[in-house]
Amino acid sequence: MSDVTEQRRVRAAASAVAPAIALPQRKPRSLWSDAWRQFRHHRLALAGGFVLLFMIVATIVGPFLWPIPWNTFDMAEALQGPSLRHPFGTTDLGHDIFARILWGGRISLAVGVVAMLVAVVLGTLIGAVAGYFGGVLDSFLMRLTDMFISIPSLPLLLLITYLFQDRMKAIFGIELGMFLLIVIVIGGLNWMPVARLVRASFLSLKQKEFVEAAHCIGVGTGGIIFRHILPNTLSPVIVAATLGVAQAIITESALSFLGLGFPPDIPTWGRMLYDGINWIEFAPWMVLFPGGAIFLTVLSINYVGDGLRDALDPRRMYAV
Amino acid sequence: MTQYLIRRILISIPTLVAISIVIFTILALAPGDPLAEFAMNPAVPPEVRQRIRQSMGLDDPIPVRYVKWASSMLRGDFGYSFRSKSPVIDLIRQRLPTTLYVIGTAYLVSVLIAIPVGVLSAIRQYSIFDNIATTLAFIGFSLPTFVTGILFILLFSVKLGWLPMIYRTTIETEGLAGLWEKIKQALMPIMVLGLFETAALTRYTRAAMLETIHQDYVRTARAKGLSERAVILRHALRNALIPVVTIVALSIPGIFTGAVITEQIFRVPGMGSLLISAIRDNDTPVIMAITIIFSTLVVIFNLIADILYGVLDPRIKYE
Repeated sequence: MSDVTEQRRVRAAASAVAPAIALPQRKPRSLWSDAWRQFRHHRLALAGGFVLLFMIVATIVGPFLWPIPWNTFDMAEALQGPSLRHPFGTTDLGHDIFARILWGGRISLAVGVVAMLVAVVLGTLIGAVAGYFGGVLDSFLMRLTDMFISIPSLPLLLLITYLFQDRMKAIFGIELGMFLLIVIVIGGLNWMPVARLVRASFLSLKQKEFVEAAHCIGVGTGGIIFRHILPNTLSPVIVAATLGVAQAIITESALSFLGLGFPPDIPTWGRMLYDGINWIEFAPWMVLFPGGAIFLTVLSINYVGDGLRDALDPRRMYAV
Repeated sequence: MTQYLIRRILISIPTLVAISIVIFTILALAPGDPLAEFAMNPAVPPEVRQRIRQSMGLDDPIPVRYVKWASSMLRGDFGYSFRSKSPVIDLIRQRLPTTLYVIGTAYLVSVLIAIPVGVLSAIRQYSIFDNIATTLAFIGFSLPTFVTGILFILLFSVKLGWLPMIYRTTIETEGLAGLWEKIKQALMPIMVLGLFETAALTRYTRAAMLETIHQDYVRTARAKGLSERAVILRHALRNALIPVVTIVALSIPGIFTGAVITEQIFRVPGMGSLLISAIRDNDTPVIMAITIIFSTLVVIFNLIADILYGVLDPRIKYE
């Protein structure tokens, strides 16, 4: 990255030339190829992306390849340290921790991604409606957003998952019920930043000429919102979504760590920490490996988010 | 300004009312009966149970119950805990000092570390110091408190044996030795909370400082021959601190809820562990009281942040 003053100078020059660039004399580079070119320069973000990809592949393929199943246990092999047979050691009941990390990672990562999707879809819808239609609807939705921001989310999260888990388990089964409950609650309490971002973009974009042009050729409201304005708001939303995955993984782990998330027979990383903390003096590997997995995942996602923020910020594009 | 203040306070009231309605409704709709243990008890006939329910107002419609609850809340009456049968306010009074002491110290420490580090790494952007500071801040920011807590326990209690794993309120030792023990057991919770806050705050301070350092008025200050010290401290830092102060105020409620997890790791008997046990015991009055206190904190600190912003930055106009 060059000196900042230099960057500012280039940016100022670029904005002066911007109208010329907008003319169709030159084949436009797409946002994505530009973003990728920029992203490649952020070495840590690239490394984070590879680690993350590796984790995802390992949790998807791993349980099929690893010979020891995650749910069988052997009391004779309880509380063993890391060895060739059990690279991450065994639990107090003789579960193989490596197998459980792989299996639990599926759930932890899935919770992170799906909860983020819930938050982004909800936030985008609310932000788009508020920003596009404005007026009473906008002020109502923004008051709602403010209210949700003032809600202390962790206590409410604990409360809702604890109070409604039996009902959800009864309707959808233990595993799916708990998954849906956690994903909906985490997503339902984290859509506010996305809504604000989308609303702000909509407010400025709906005045633009291309939207006016779309109105003139008779595009319907839905078309204008989804086809013409929404794609232009994507960059900040993608960054927020990436960081949202990390946040959701932390939240799920925290819930499970407090013993209020997934039940013991579903070994998410947070749950493994909760189970391991009582054995911390005798079997530190029971907490070290799940803790390490959470940390590595969150760190990688945060670096990827950081890289994306730099790559997708159009003001920076002319700088490199 | 006064007019803005009054309007801002008036807006906060409906927010609080709405939040309390949401939480109250969730609790009212949830399955689970505070009198469940009576139902199991054959010594309590159903008619008696019914009478208890009526006397507690459990059979009233939800809006009626809400109005009753809210009006007693406004009078400062938080009701009685279902579990311990003592007034909720007493339980909170017992727990609050510990939480405030741990959180307050952690926050103070992190502000004292984060602002100088953030400023220094912004002035020396891309230096070795900056690289180390930003990397550490990034790592600290990505480490959830429950992971750092466990790592600290492993290191300081299990391996080195320096600090106790569990927080006790029943330390009997008198004098300096007792005081030292009390400080020792609070060290780890404070470090865990402080680490995360420091990391987050360092990032904000650095970003804010970087933004101001390249402003024209800073260049003017340099050009008219002020010492570097005066330029940084009087011209850049003062302006950079405006957003930082706001962030400090805004993140105070967050650190309260973050303390829930830290208190659970070290068994600190504070508000957080009270909340967790109340949720497990279905102890509605305690849950309501604590969540309302947390929400009020969020609303109040939002207000403080807004006001501070206006006081610190005269460019902000209140219409």
